[in-house]
Amino acid sequence: MNAPAMNALPPVLTVRNLSKSFGAIRAVRDVSFDVRRGEILGLIGPNGSGKSTLFNCILGQLAPDGGAVAVNGRPISGSRASTLNKLGVGRTFQQLSVFPDMTVLDNIIVAGQEHHGSMLSRLFGPPDAGLTEEAERLIEFFRLGHLAHEKAGSLSYGQQKLLDAAMAFMAGPGLVLLDEPAGGVNLTMLGSLKERLLTYNAEHGTTFVVIEHNMEFVMSLCSRIIVLAEGAIIAEGSPEEIRADQRVIDAYLGG
Amino acid sequence: MRRYRTPLLLALGLAALIVAPIGQGNYIVYTLCSWLIFSIAATGLNLTLGYAGQISLAQASFMAIGAYITALMTLNGVHWLLAMPCSMLACFAVGLALGFPALRVQGHFLAFVTLAFNTLVFLVLRNEDWLTGGVYGLVGMERPGFGLFDTSKQLHFYYFTVAVFAVALAGMWWIVRSPWGRAFKALRENPIRAESLGVDTRRLTLLAFAIGSAYGGLAGALVAPLVQFIEPGSFALVHSLRLLLMVVVGGAGFFFGPVLGAAVVILLPEVLRFTEGYYLILYAGSVIVLMVFCPTGLIGVYGRLRQRLFPQRVVRGDMATGPQL
Repeated sequence: MNAPAMNALPPVLTVRNLSKSFGAIRAVRDVSFDVRRGEILGLIGPNGSGKSTLFNCILGQLAPDGGAVAVNGRPISGSRASTLNKLGVGRTFQQLSVFPDMTVLDNIIVAGQEHHGSMLSRLFGPPDAGLTEEAERLIEFFRLGHLAHEKAGSLSYGQQKLLDAAMAFMAGPGLVLLDEPAGGVNLTMLGSLKERLLTYNAEHGTTFVVIEHNMEFVMSLCSRIIVLAEGAIIAEGSPEEIRADQRVIDAYLGG
Repeated sequence: MRRYRTPLLLALGLAALIVAPIGQGNYIVYTLCSWLIFSIAATGLNLTLGYAGQISLAQASFMAIGAYITALMTLNGVHWLLAMPCSMLACFAVGLALGFPALRVQGHFLAFVTLAFNTLVFLVLRNEDWLTGGVYGLVGMERPGFGLFDTSKQLHFYYFTVAVFAVALAGMWWIVRSPWGRAFKALRENPIRAESLGVDTRRLTLLAFAIGSAYGGLAGALVAPLVQFIEPGSFALVHSLRLLLMVVVGGAGFFFGPVLGAAVVILLPEVLRFTEGYYLILYAGSVIVLMVFCPTGLIGVYGRLRQRLFPQRVVRGDMATGPQL
């Protein structure tokens, strides 16, 4: 699909006038943006700028005070996380969120099985819901193949982070929201993670929204970046534009 | 070798169950029966507690519902083979009806709600004497016959119980190894993550509770013909607590944990009987020691021993794979 045709489709994610306050603190103020099909959008901002609150409002973990969120033109405000997932929205968490006592393979299968068949067919069907091959391919893609039968809890932090990301992809989502994927990951592994995400994006056209603190990571991963400060969008543009933007520099320096 | 180990162990276990009562007196056979029956109920509770992670103090009341339905039906001439599925279905339905509102609260609050339900069932059984016989209960249920195989002899009834027990455990094995079992485990380990992966945690918890309740109903359907006398006191709160103890002592979340736990809770008092007045103290003491030193229960003790004697490879993936990933 070429670029103009992509832009003709409705945005994958639409956020309109989203607001959220905690008492007197206005964590998110009237934020609006669109996420286009296939792009990798970075959401950055200094600590306390409202990134996580925005994320949680989009994903239905927090109820926003006002505004609307739509996925592929369909309003999703107030949806439960499982419903959202069925609509093709995958996510990762800031803290490690793998199932430590299950094998890597089972972690991946459980991430896909609810999208196959009905509740009853899952009870009477094969134990792996027919997903072993697909899961092994994904594990291989994220270079965890040699660990497929190990308990997720026995993996290193970076490997668990990778598994965490892989789980978000198992159901073949159209949109994946990554909450600080680089947090606590060492440099070499960070490079691999970025490379895998870019490859996945190129191969499947999956749209990403990434919240991240690590500037280098965001700048080299994302095609477009939105900067939040004190709950509002202060800048938006390509990594180069953001790097040169005086408002962004001021916000980060506490100006 | 590893491939044959599980079937071999299962065959050995079944053989032991078949041989166990031979040459024993009626009382011991009766005790073995009640061990198997409580194992079924505890296995059901294990699905709720060990797999889905919800504390229920109502399992004895589901046994009561199953026992009374089976008793009333068989007293009216219905065969056990029909009364049993009715008991299970009724418990499943009551489990759904109770779980739907109750599972909105979790942890200690759910424990209180189920505790209240257990008390409610007890009061209904005691006060509605037109149906349940009140405090005098119901007597004279006949044991089921299956053509040439009649279960009125204690030993015959024992083998009948073994058969039901084996089928019930096979059914649970099926559930636990299916995608449901995986979803249950995911739910227990990290409910928020499970929900974000599309697992409908509310519906799944409710189903776990209802299936667990149906197992309580099955156990009740066996209690009625075993004892041939049921009264409300046999299903009071203390029995729900005993079932909870079985699951926890054996090892919540382990498949055979409740069977082992039921053995300890039912058979240990018999073994310790020779100590006369001291047996309750010894019994309580050993349970406390177990819970302090190994909260994962007896199966957990076994796991620890195995780890110590035959250490498994522990992955340090970050060391093994080097800088690649």
